[in-house]
Amino acid sequence: MSASESSSGNETVEYIQHHLTNLCVGDCDPITHKAAGFWALHVDTLFFSFALAALIVLVSIRLGKNLQPDSPGWFQNLIETIVEFVQTQVRDTFPGHNPLIAPLALTIFLWVWLMNFMDLIPVDLIPVIGSFLGIEYLKVVPTTDLNTTLAMSLTVFGLILYYNFKVKGPIGYLKMFLFHPFGKFFVPVNIVMTAIEEIAKPLSLALRLFGNLFAGELVFLLIALIGGGAAIGAGLLLLVPAQIALDFAWLIFHLLVITLQAFIFMVLTIVYLGMAHTDADAH
Amino acid sequence: MNITVTLFAQVVAFIALIWFVHNKLWGPMNGMLEDRQKRISDGLAAAEKGKKDQELAEKKVKEELAEAKKQAAEIVSLAQKRSNEIVDEAKVSARAEADRIIVAANAEIKQEINRAKEALRKEVSAIAVVGASKILNKEIDAKAHANLLNDLAAQI
Repeated sequence: MSASESSSGNETVEYIQHHLTNLCVGDCDPITHKAAGFWALHVDTLFFSFALAALIVLVSIRLGKNLQPDSPGWFQNLIETIVEFVQTQVRDTFPGHNPLIAPLALTIFLWVWLMNFMDLIPVDLIPVIGSFLGIEYLKVVPTTDLNTTLAMSLTVFGLILYYNFKVKGPIGYLKMFLFHPFGKFFVPVNIVMTAIEEIAKPLSLALRLFGNLFAGELVFLLIALIGGGAAIGAGLLLLVPAQIALDFAWLIFHLLVITLQAFIFMVLTIVYLGMAHTDADAH
Repeated sequence: MNITVTLFAQVVAFIALIWFVHNKLWGPMNGMLEDRQKRISDGLAAAEKGKKDQELAEKKVKEELAEAKKQAAEIVSLAQKRSNEIVDEAKVSARAEADRIIVAANAEIKQEINRAKEALRKEVSAIAVVGASKILNKEIDAKAHANLLNDLAAQI
């Protein structure tokens, strides 16, 4: 009894571990298949994120070429709604005018949402197809890879730095580090506080998205284990419906989560860039 | 933590995607939306202007109609006045004609009377001569008693 329990426990851990391992190429550990050094590519992350980016690009080109101003189709209506939604967000949160912000926000929203959406595809479907094709490890959701979320947040951080320097000027930005938030008598404290504040921006962006999606994926995996753990027999009658019901409930809930996470990433980007655009005195 | 070169590939992909969305989706879409917005506001302004124009035109029509009515009334009153004048003139001329006719008739009557008197005078003198001759049984020379006869005739 205890032996079988521990072996089933091992299987569970193995199943989850296997699902959480990227398809690594390059500098990888041969046993765990985790990246061992810097020069390792997560091919699955890249493949799915690039594929979704390509989808956005292709659809954009197709849609952009035959826009119907007078009789928009359902798809153009959908995209128009999203575009106007993003426009409203930018208009409400972003002070001043910068033509880059709205497309950036739109890109983040669309791409993050689509990458998150990969989470709603049944957890075993694509990895099983992959295993038939001889691909042993496959992690489908690009946003459960810290590389993706950190890449986006660091790009945003780069823009934050750029606009801080551009709008406030190097001296203004330095002043913000020296005299913010406690005034001129706490300069060392201010430097530490502001530095933490600035560094926290990209880290919180990346880790929030990564953590939410990683946890969501994990819950899907655990739900997937319910039915699979049961032996053939009476247990199936109870556990398989339970698994389906739970999976459905989590799916609905997660649909909200992925949209919310995409929205949060977008809005925080707008807010951070808006803060970079305001002057140090108003800050 | 397994931060690898994947990160940098993703950064490049992200920037490229931003560029594409900016140029292929946001640009045309935003242009179209702005264009549509402008067209809608233009259309509404045109409709508003049309309405205003129509109101103005209606007002003008009303004014013109009132003017025309006024003119028509004037013309009618003028015509009435003129007709009254014509009738008056006709009355005056008719009266004058009538007077003229009466005067002419009177003159003719006087002439007739005179003529009848003349004829009668002649007849009277003739009758007087004949009567006298009958009475006297002799012929009276009319020439000899011309003065007497003329006096007689003038008395009639």
